[in-house]
Amino acid sequence: MSSTTRTPLDTVKHASGTPGAEQPWAELGLSRPEYERIREILGRRPTGAELAMYSVMWSEHCSYKSSKVHLKQFGDKAPPSDALLVGIGEQAGVVDVGQGYAVTFKVESHNHPSYVEPYQGAATGIGGIVRDIIAMGARPVAVMDPLRFGAADHPDTKRVLPGVVAGIGGYGNCLGLPNIGGEVVFDPCYQGNPLVNALCVGVMRHEDIHLAKAAGVGNKVILYGARTGGDGIGGASILASETFDAVSGEALGTEGKGAKRPSVQVGDPFQEKLLIECTLEAFAEDLVVGIQDLGAAGLSCATSELASNGTGGMRVELDVVPLRDATLSPEEILMSESQERMCAVVEPAKAERFLAVCEKWDVTATVIGEVTDGDRLEIYWHGEQIVDVPPRTVAHDGPVYERPMARPGWLDALRADDAAKLPRPADPGELRAQVLRLVGSPNQADKSWITSQYDRFVLGNTVLAQPEDSGMIRIDEETGLGVALATDGNGRYAKLDPYAGAQLALAESYRNVAATGARPLAVTDCLNFPSPEDPAGMWQFAEACRGLADACRTLGTPVTGGNVSLYNQTGDQPIHPTPVVGVLGVIDDVARRTPMAFATEGQLLYLLGDTRPELGGSAWSQVVHEHLGGLPPAVDLERERLLAEILIAASRDGMIDAAHDLSDGGLVQAVVESCLRGGHGARLVVPEELEAAVFLFSESQGRAVVAVPRSEEMRFTDMCGARGLPATRIGVVDGDTLELQGHFGIPLTELRETYERTIPELFA
Amino acid sequence: MTARIGVVTFPGSLDDRDALRAVRLAGAEPVPLWHRDRNLQQVDAVVLPGGFSYGDYLRAGAISRFAPVMDTVIEQAGAGMPVLGICNGFQVLTETHLLPGAMLRNNHLHFICRDQKLRVENAGTAWTADYAAGQDIRIPLKNIDGRYTADERTLDELEATGRVVFRYLDGNPNGSLRDIAGIANEAGNVVGLMPHPEHAVEALVGTGRTDGLGFFTSILKRLITA
Repeated sequence: MSSTTRTPLDTVKHASGTPGAEQPWAELGLSRPEYERIREILGRRPTGAELAMYSVMWSEHCSYKSSKVHLKQFGDKAPPSDALLVGIGEQAGVVDVGQGYAVTFKVESHNHPSYVEPYQGAATGIGGIVRDIIAMGARPVAVMDPLRFGAADHPDTKRVLPGVVAGIGGYGNCLGLPNIGGEVVFDPCYQGNPLVNALCVGVMRHEDIHLAKAAGVGNKVILYGARTGGDGIGGASILASETFDAVSGEALGTEGKGAKRPSVQVGDPFQEKLLIECTLEAFAEDLVVGIQDLGAAGLSCATSELASNGTGGMRVELDVVPLRDATLSPEEILMSESQERMCAVVEPAKAERFLAVCEKWDVTATVIGEVTDGDRLEIYWHGEQIVDVPPRTVAHDGPVYERPMARPGWLDALRADDAAKLPRPADPGELRAQVLRLVGSPNQADKSWITSQYDRFVLGNTVLAQPEDSGMIRIDEETGLGVALATDGNGRYAKLDPYAGAQLALAESYRNVAATGARPLAVTDCLNFPSPEDPAGMWQFAEACRGLADACRTLGTPVTGGNVSLYNQTGDQPIHPTPVVGVLGVIDDVARRTPMAFATEGQLLYLLGDTRPELGGSAWSQVVHEHLGGLPPAVDLERERLLAEILIAASRDGMIDAAHDLSDGGLVQAVVESCLRGGHGARLVVPEELEAAVFLFSESQGRAVVAVPRSEEMRFTDMCGARGLPATRIGVVDGDTLELQGHFGIPLTELRETYERTIPELFA
Repeated sequence: MTARIGVVTFPGSLDDRDALRAVRLAGAEPVPLWHRDRNLQQVDAVVLPGGFSYGDYLRAGAISRFAPVMDTVIEQAGAGMPVLGICNGFQVLTETHLLPGAMLRNNHLHFICRDQKLRVENAGTAWTADYAAGQDIRIPLKNIDGRYTADERTLDELEATGRVVFRYLDGNPNGSLRDIAGIANEAGNVVGLMPHPEHAVEALVGTGRTDGLGFFTSILKRLITA
């Protein structure tokens, strides 16, 4: 065996002398023009380590190369907002919520890993987004998880869902962050490609905002947190096994060690909890110039971004990085996505104290390099230079593509297949049966089997949590200042019309925040779409971006950051385009919040907004007719804004005791949820001009149902009248039955049984 | 003059801030204690809070039990100082043998977070004097390793000596033997339970109930009148 000789280190010098060496750029996901561009930038072929860095940083995931041209609109069309302290482009946006507080929040996807390994994929999704928040200098105060799975009764969903839920719980609970909301949606289009999005929100004082940059010549670059292992190395294993290190792998008897490691990272929430406390303590003592978390592309990303955002020069000694696996090659170390690691830039005089804070929290910390006065990122391995690049070319000047787009050929036929022609229930008995089918359908049924696996109480500031319209967290115990957050997205709507679908996602999330009494301020989005290389998928993406940017401008809520996830498809089966939109709101005093429960007998139920026969893309069309066609409900953003103003004023002035947003499932779903939450029934009357099925199932937008104390009725209806918001009295909170007068009655016990049975039967 | 009540932070403690807040809302002086420090800062009582100290690695509470602070806590508890272990703190107390038994993985194998009804079986301990014996309370429960277990003889002895302090009502959430939610030592100064009284001290947050406040007012009265 010739195995004792290790492949020579591919140094910069070696690369310069071997211009013709074959390099696995295609296996690493680079195109030939991209590879040629790298050679052009460097004036030579890249070393293995440089190739590793460029390949991960120029990937779709890190570079946004297909989406960038469309995302630009979120900045270009952003409404003027006094609230925005830090906009798009940083690790997370920062919003002023008053009283000197700033809030940072962001949603990200961890879709593909969660299909391969549901528990760790979902767990590390939480871990990554939480590190983004602490890197800004904020204390994380809550998480939320918008989730999409395949058909509820599909055998593989029984593998994926429990794993994802256990992973979110296992990681988030151990981290001590309340999980206050999110979504669980089932649709066959997500069968081979679940969507696991994670949102985190953090709070800080204005003066504590920190941005990731490596300014200041001589400043120390400190890597702290977990040791670096071989987990989460995507393409690096190709580099390692096929070109650079196959021989040494044999020598160790591990047969191409890289290829056998999981590409999904493994999370350690305990380590992350220590990172939170350690990082916040370092910030509090003013020990830090800039901090960046290590997520996708690991050290490649952290070093190149920190350097690029700073003055430009950085020198790193890669061989001092603490390892879990001593056999890792330099390329693997650069690409490793081992979790729970962060990189800080610290002034030399403060380095000792920074290391002491890490030691206090039992966190491993190592000085791996320093900021230089040059403009190159230089990385050394046992004294030999293996990387010498302009950091901007790695971090920011990646390729940008204007991918071809084409309105899908199938769209007209789909839209022509109008839901209005679907048979409506013929008699009260059928109407009653359809209500029960809807309420017991997996998408509409009670999700507490899932959410009870998440801690929603920890930190002691949870004012509202799922199933309320939005999660609400108190951020100041003295004044009662709080924030509310909701996430929404309806892939069925977006399939019918991606422009409107993105706007409807924003509208619902905005409405949910306002329903609890909070004023919507800012937006984060997670854009889950199919392959950008399919012109139809690219068109959907572009339409959704355009729709969301336009709607954000109208509603005055800027996008502060978010995430794009492309290539969500199984073979050639794309998911529904699924823009998930998170809205952050502020409430001056959380004691004024409006819950969803109908808790008091005799209170009057008012339906706010206009109800039209809009059933395209509705839950009713899906559950009763397995139908998707026609147009989604019409968007009316001015109406959404008016409705929000009314809900906020009514909450502030104590005119309503409960409010619930109307969305998928329509009025009946909202009323059932509020009745069950409060333990009271309701008597409803169908308004004269409406057909009963439309009254119950329509998903017309800009609507909410509210419970008004009789003493407040005049004041409330006067306010709605004066502002021009239709308010229709539809019934009263009463008894232990949901009764639709002249049609049917369903005892709460039967509703509850139907509503609560479905999910445990499928997954427990 | 009020009482000083310490709350220990171990690496991975999560509900330490909540416990400090509950102490404050009850009118006592909250004192943060650090796991590496043997000095208890002259506190009059100690709370071991919930969380996942050391990630629950090896076994919940098994590593924290060796923290320097625990040497002093064990010593002082033996001398009569009141100690309350909540959730992970209860697990630490069983690992130190200040309380008998152990916690196993929940019988349904899932983490469970819910509002839990309990009966206060013994209102004579340092931490339950503000409740009436037999009183029902509702406080949050949240754990994955919450199934109390002990051998039959220990269980019989706990029952016979009134040391079962809390019992689950309306459904045992995790398979705990004899529906036991919390117990005390022989002297009644050391109490451990899985549910979280510190999450039920304000009407505005959590479940909207304040049934847990009595733990902290009980100890305060005991310490002030002592």
